[in-house]
Amino acid sequence: MKTKILSLVTMTAMAATVATAAAQHLTGAGGTFPNPIYQRWFTEYSASHPGVQINYQSVGSGAGIRQISQGIVDFGASDGPMTDKQLADSKQKLLHIPTVLGGVVPAYNLPGINAELKFSGDVIADIYLGKITKWNDPRLAKDNPGVNLPSHSILPVYRSDGSGTNYIFTDYLSKMSPTFKQKIGSATSVEWPLGVGQKGNEGVSGMIRNSPYSFGYVELIYAVQNKMLFGLVKNSAGNWIKASTETVSAAAAGAAKNMPADYRVSITNAPGANSFPISSFTWLLIPEPSKDAAKGKVLHDFLEWMLDHGEAEAASMTYAPLPAPVVARVRKTIAQVH
Amino acid sequence: MNKPETISQSTAPDEPKLQLPTIKTMAAQAEGGLQGAAAPSVPSVIRNFLQAKSSGRMADGAFATVMVVCGLSIFAIVLLIVFVLVSNSRLSIHAFGWKFFATQTWDPVSGDFGALPFIYGTVVSSLLAVLMAVPLALAVSIFLLDICPKFLRGPISFLTELLAAIPSVVYGLWGVFVLVPIIRDQVGPLLEKYLGWTGLFVEPNFGVGMFTASVILAIMIFPVISSISRDVMRAVPVNQREAVLALGATRWEMLRIGVLRNARMGIVGSVILGLGRALGETIAVTMVIGNHPGIVKNLFAPGYTLASVIANEFTEATGDLYLSALIEIGLALFLVTIVVNAIARLLVWAVVRGNPGSAH
Repeated sequence: MKTKILSLVTMTAMAATVATAAAQHLTGAGGTFPNPIYQRWFTEYSASHPGVQINYQSVGSGAGIRQISQGIVDFGASDGPMTDKQLADSKQKLLHIPTVLGGVVPAYNLPGINAELKFSGDVIADIYLGKITKWNDPRLAKDNPGVNLPSHSILPVYRSDGSGTNYIFTDYLSKMSPTFKQKIGSATSVEWPLGVGQKGNEGVSGMIRNSPYSFGYVELIYAVQNKMLFGLVKNSAGNWIKASTETVSAAAAGAAKNMPADYRVSITNAPGANSFPISSFTWLLIPEPSKDAAKGKVLHDFLEWMLDHGEAEAASMTYAPLPAPVVARVRKTIAQVH
Repeated sequence: MNKPETISQSTAPDEPKLQLPTIKTMAAQAEGGLQGAAAPSVPSVIRNFLQAKSSGRMADGAFATVMVVCGLSIFAIVLLIVFVLVSNSRLSIHAFGWKFFATQTWDPVSGDFGALPFIYGTVVSSLLAVLMAVPLALAVSIFLLDICPKFLRGPISFLTELLAAIPSVVYGLWGVFVLVPIIRDQVGPLLEKYLGWTGLFVEPNFGVGMFTASVILAIMIFPVISSISRDVMRAVPVNQREAVLALGATRWEMLRIGVLRNARMGIVGSVILGLGRALGETIAVTMVIGNHPGIVKNLFAPGYTLASVIANEFTEATGDLYLSALIEIGLALFLVTIVVNAIARLLVWAVVRGNPGSAH
């Protein structure tokens, strides 16, 4: 009897091993910004597609680009588009597939003021350049009529860790201020001339919460989920826009007309009356073709599933979904994935 | 060993039951004529058993070989680390040369890198931390050794060792939520009022900065220095202290001449160990130092350390040169640690040279 049970157990174990061997295991690596929704997508996809396991490691966009370029992982992910040089250096041809969008919002701490302040891009740039140093600067006062701004020094806070958030924010400020572009430029880490650096959204928001008269920037998702007070930003149509999943998606729709075929596009300061200007795609980096045809098929099926089911879940997690015109284009692109 | 009857054991009430065998004072003990481990009067059963096995020679040989391999593995590990650091930072070494350690720019956008502000931040924050931690740690050790009532001794040493076991990210969180507001609102204004003239404490004080980082580091290295120096002081033979007292010394003179003087090698060792921890500490410092590179006299200003810049920027570093520069930062940290340790050892050597033997 005992041996029977034992052999049964062994056989079951063997069967399980065989089943796993036949299953498809995919590994991806990349940015931390889309990690929560990617984890949810991959878990749901694995649950509804037995035999498929997709594992995502949020090691950072830079590491994601390196690993997919060298073929260490099956797909990569990045919060900023790869440069031409990076694409040329890659050992395999890579497609950029936009998945969801994120936004970056200005946050501040002004004791006694609970109004949603308004910031235009050139004002934010000059705060970080040290040209605007007081809260009651005429340019800030002009944008915020009726708010009694204090004559206190501004403490600029920035993200010290390399991040997609930095990339989006500095990309926007570089478009809005030639001086910012020339002196600081846009990248995942830049050389800030002044201010205090903190690690992560939690570090920046903690610093702002704890320091009166500070100014900084955090991801939209983080600000919404932590019920932070954040400011409005002027878009290219001249409207003051509050960031939300709708206004961020609107930016992608506004930029859709002039989007290049490879989706490597910055959509900061996008056209459109309702576009939030500090928005960006986040991308999956898919090898084309895959080294292993079976894995390529799984990636293709997953991307189809993402457009049909995944995008609908984005808004509930405060990620902005791709707007309809972009979805239609991505659907054509992923036909090439195999 | 020594004849136990030359010294009465009852004269040593404070003598701990267990001597630490690793401490160099074993020799001092022998000289001092204190009781050693009492030789067994009956041949041990275990020894008889081992001798019966008669594989002693082979076992000794094998043991010696294993020990040599273990000892040499230290060289292998260090060489491997240096090799990996140097080979991976080749690009940056080639591009910037020695200038890397002497320039102040750190601009990932234009690809211009220099490590000086980070080296400065690492060295200054660690030295300040040691300055703050050493007097406190020594005071606690002396208190525990000689002055502390028995019922307090256990709890204090337990809590000191507990401090050493707290993960550094917890220290960082505590720093952000508790220490930063205190330094911004209470300690900062006081320091500025009384020490502002030195130029070291000048507004604006945001709570985060070099000073706060040093305080966190001081709290983190204090338990290491304190518990090791306490063990070293406890290992000073009691008859040394009694001899000093017998010559008419006061309690302080006894501690200074009888204890601190004899234990100074061990104390310096504990300080070097603490300094090592301070130099390499990453996450707690990153959370409170302000992460803004710069070389300024004002300790309230934000700073940046070598370990912090690696922690902050390594994951998202995309360009080859950028990555290589970050690895060279690691190399710089390695070199700074070596240089600081070497200076500390030189200092010890210079102090001890004059009167050999007194501490051994």
